[in-house]
Amino acid sequence: MNIKLIRMTFAAAAIGCLPFALFAETAEEKGLAIAVEADKRDEGFGDSTANMIMELKNKQGDTSTRYIRIKTLEVIGDGDKSMSIFDEPADVKGTAFLTFSHAVKPDEQWLYLPALKRVKRINSKNKSGPFMGSEFAYEDIASQEVEKYTYKYLRDETLNGIDCFVIERYPAYKHSGYTRQVGWINKEEYRPEKIVFYDRKNTLLKTLTYDGYQQYLDKYWRSDQMFMENHQTGKSTKLSWSDYQFKTGLKDRDFNKNSLKRAK
Amino acid sequence: MVELYTQMIIRWRYLVILLTVATVMGIGYGAQKLSFSNDYRMFFGQDNPQLLAFEKMQNTFNKNDNILFVITPKDGRVFSTDTLAAIQDITEEAWQIPFSTRVDSITNHQHTAAEEDDLVVDDLVVDPSALTEDDLSRIQSIAINEPMMVRRLISPDSRYTGINVTVQLPGERLDEVPTAVAYARGMKAKYTEKYPNLDIRLVGLTMMNNAFPEASQDDGQNLYPLALGFIIITLLLMLKGLSGTITTFLMIIFSIVTAMGLAGWLGIRLSPPVMSAPIMVLTMAIADAVHLLVTMKHEIHLGKNKVDAMVESMRINFWPIFVTTLTTVLGFLSLNFSDAPPFHDLGNIAAMGVAAAFIYSITFLPALITILPARSTREVTGKYAMGHFGDFVIRHYRSLLIVSSVVVLILVAMVPKNELNDVFVEYFDETIDFRLDSDYAAENLTGVYYIDFSLGTNESGGISNPEYLKHADDFVQYLRSQPEVIHVFSLTDTFKRLNKNMHGDDPAWYKLPEERNLAAQYLLLYEMSLPYGLDLNNQIDVGKTATKIAITLETLSSNEVLAFEQRISEWLQQNMPELEGNGTGPTVMFAHLGKRNINSMLVGTTVALFLISMVLIVFFRSLRYGLISLLPNLLPAAAAFGIWGLFVGQVGIALSVVTGMTLGIVVDDTVHFMSKYLRARREKGLDAKQAVHYAFNSVGIALLVTSVVLVAGFMIMAQSHFELNAGMGLLTSVVITMALAIDFMLLPPLLIKLEENGEIRV
Repeated sequence: MNIKLIRMTFAAAAIGCLPFALFAETAEEKGLAIAVEADKRDEGFGDSTANMIMELKNKQGDTSTRYIRIKTLEVIGDGDKSMSIFDEPADVKGTAFLTFSHAVKPDEQWLYLPALKRVKRINSKNKSGPFMGSEFAYEDIASQEVEKYTYKYLRDETLNGIDCFVIERYPAYKHSGYTRQVGWINKEEYRPEKIVFYDRKNTLLKTLTYDGYQQYLDKYWRSDQMFMENHQTGKSTKLSWSDYQFKTGLKDRDFNKNSLKRAK
Repeated sequence: MVELYTQMIIRWRYLVILLTVATVMGIGYGAQKLSFSNDYRMFFGQDNPQLLAFEKMQNTFNKNDNILFVITPKDGRVFSTDTLAAIQDITEEAWQIPFSTRVDSITNHQHTAAEEDDLVVDDLVVDPSALTEDDLSRIQSIAINEPMMVRRLISPDSRYTGINVTVQLPGERLDEVPTAVAYARGMKAKYTEKYPNLDIRLVGLTMMNNAFPEASQDDGQNLYPLALGFIIITLLLMLKGLSGTITTFLMIIFSIVTAMGLAGWLGIRLSPPVMSAPIMVLTMAIADAVHLLVTMKHEIHLGKNKVDAMVESMRINFWPIFVTTLTTVLGFLSLNFSDAPPFHDLGNIAAMGVAAAFIYSITFLPALITILPARSTREVTGKYAMGHFGDFVIRHYRSLLIVSSVVVLILVAMVPKNELNDVFVEYFDETIDFRLDSDYAAENLTGVYYIDFSLGTNESGGISNPEYLKHADDFVQYLRSQPEVIHVFSLTDTFKRLNKNMHGDDPAWYKLPEERNLAAQYLLLYEMSLPYGLDLNNQIDVGKTATKIAITLETLSSNEVLAFEQRISEWLQQNMPELEGNGTGPTVMFAHLGKRNINSMLVGTTVALFLISMVLIVFFRSLRYGLISLLPNLLPAAAAFGIWGLFVGQVGIALSVVTGMTLGIVVDDTVHFMSKYLRARREKGLDAKQAVHYAFNSVGIALLVTSVVLVAGFMIMAQSHFELNAGMGLLTSVVITMALAIDFMLLPPLLIKLEENGEIRV
């Protein structure tokens, strides 16, 4: 057998394998690719403001409502900055909460307490505690940077008639409250339709479903209604969003300790 | 009628045996469906008000079943780098216990501190290996001065510490409790080996739940072989023949299999009280067989062949056995009036078993005994002794009547010495780990009795109201001044601590915030800083209208719990009538159960008594003798409770069912004695004295023997490691003994006395 023939054989074999190499994307790579694409589609919104109504319900059926305004500033290359201003209940009116969210480091958090007229920095590595006593942890509603998780594509599935990718993601943050989350990502729009959370012992904890998606600026999808159900305690929380505004001209200086006091 | 029936049974005996075996196998198959209940809530009916209040509390806050690791470093130092590292290690893994939702320990306690304008929130112990002696004593001083921890997670002397794991069971599958417990025990084994300096014990409600099936299985393993050995010996002694012993043994086993099989088909769950059902069935079933076989032997002795002897025995015994079965069934069914569902199950299974024993006694037993060889043997011994005893009773009937009446009256007068009281940890005796570990925990670290108190306003967010906080704090201080109280967990302590933190950790500010908005904002701030699982949802309801104050108590009796409950609700009523306060929890539920059960069993026993008296009136065909029989039926239980009052004095939920249950059993003695007495009067035309003599002669020995058997059977039950069963067995034994005494020494003199003044037509 001459050397030329051998070379040709190898070359042919290599070319023959090429399509397989393209398809031989691992489940991890595919999961990451989906997350990257979803992130890309939400890129460039600049800033946004919205009103949120939070309704808490316990197993007994008692409910309680809070009203919050949220301003967000997109930060390229890191977690977003956000400010939450509480309007109701009356006794926390004017309380404002500023967060610089980070992917794998503790978030930076400040709270302005009008009753004390002081800004307090919360020095805590915890991101998984309940947000205002709800079933949402702060890490559930904070911006979802790609680096916050590692990913794995599981399968395709139709959810309520919507074609979805089902991907699993694993928190990169050491103090996260979860071992993993399973998300149903709309194939067409790359937006989450449902996320299932598994606690530290990897048992089913919560399910978050998104409803009433609206598109803003012909690009950004936001859900009107997010419903979180805790399967272990029987409690649930509904977030209803309204008055979304984008590119309102918010700047970095609107997200610092001084702006907190003025927030109202 | 009965003769014809018996002849038919004997003619088709092989078919009867085949059918019996097939039936037993078919029904017995259901026993495979039996499973152990492992939830203390089984003791409460669905509409039990304390259970409903408890469920409401759990739905408003969170469920709070728990596993508490009680950890004792052998060197006596919790605050050493090694021990803290171990605690941290165990705390970390405890999150992995199936169904755990929260883990609290001294290492993951969320310590708050001020640093300039920062509020620092972190685990109390972060990196144990890096701690210096100074750090250790600082941490120790924080822990033992923190009201949230001291006497709950750390003993004041720092020698014992606890890791409390909150367990939230979905309640969908029976293996939830054992799964969680198995994991916790695995951890105990693993960490005892990894850290030889540590002694680890497991207590808490989940451990108690798990102790129920373990106590049940324990009873099954220890008592059942004892009971089986007991019947074999009894039967050999009494029947003196292998044929009778084998037949009766099979009949009894069939009855038990039938009862438990039916229980399986009906979906009944096994609980410790239910575990005593087989022993009861076994004990009761012996009597049926003994009556039939002793008469049969007697007839063979007189020269009949075994078939004729059996026919004659059936003729004589059929109706008495039927009536005693009926009354026994009624007595057991009265347990359905109990407030605690496991006793319904016990009553129903025992009733089914006793009914099955009757059916097999009149089908399978005559069929098999006439197949097996029968030898003519000696007459049953003791008959003449009984006759002499009868004569003695007749001779001294006047003085006996007085003496017996006086003794019974004295005993009845002792009944009020009984106090309705229960200590539910003591349901398990000291051979059961759960009990030992609970006692250890109560002695060294913290209590094992919990009362959760919901203190509520009508106002949304009202818990931040300074007035509410002041009231809540007063209440907490009041509770802490009560001698039974070991620990009080309250949000008011958190408020004080936060207020101090917000003022640069100045101890002067360790007090409640004085303004509503400030309090609400502190709470918001604090909630934002808490980690997964350690939030405030278990202390505050969603509307922030109520907080849960968790009280840990010493081991108390039910009376003491009720008194405590009464005292604190009166205090609340007096001092803060505008607040809604409700205490619940298993401690309160069990404390109320005894009283509720007594009341419901009073109704049940009355109904059973009425029905049984009706049966007797019909059976004796005499209102007069039906009514006279009330006396020997009721007095044994009363006298037994009198004896109990003298020697024990505490009556719990189990004992409240004994009267109803034993009623059906003690009636049997009366039925046998009175039916013989009446037969002598009516058929043989004897006078009262002669009839009493006849009754003693014909059933005296049988009554003595069956009573001995019953007492022995129930004394086996009394060996249970589960206190409810043990107490029930012991008291039932006393009742049966009293019944025999009354039937021999009070009833006959009474019968004679009543007819002193001339003959009465019977």
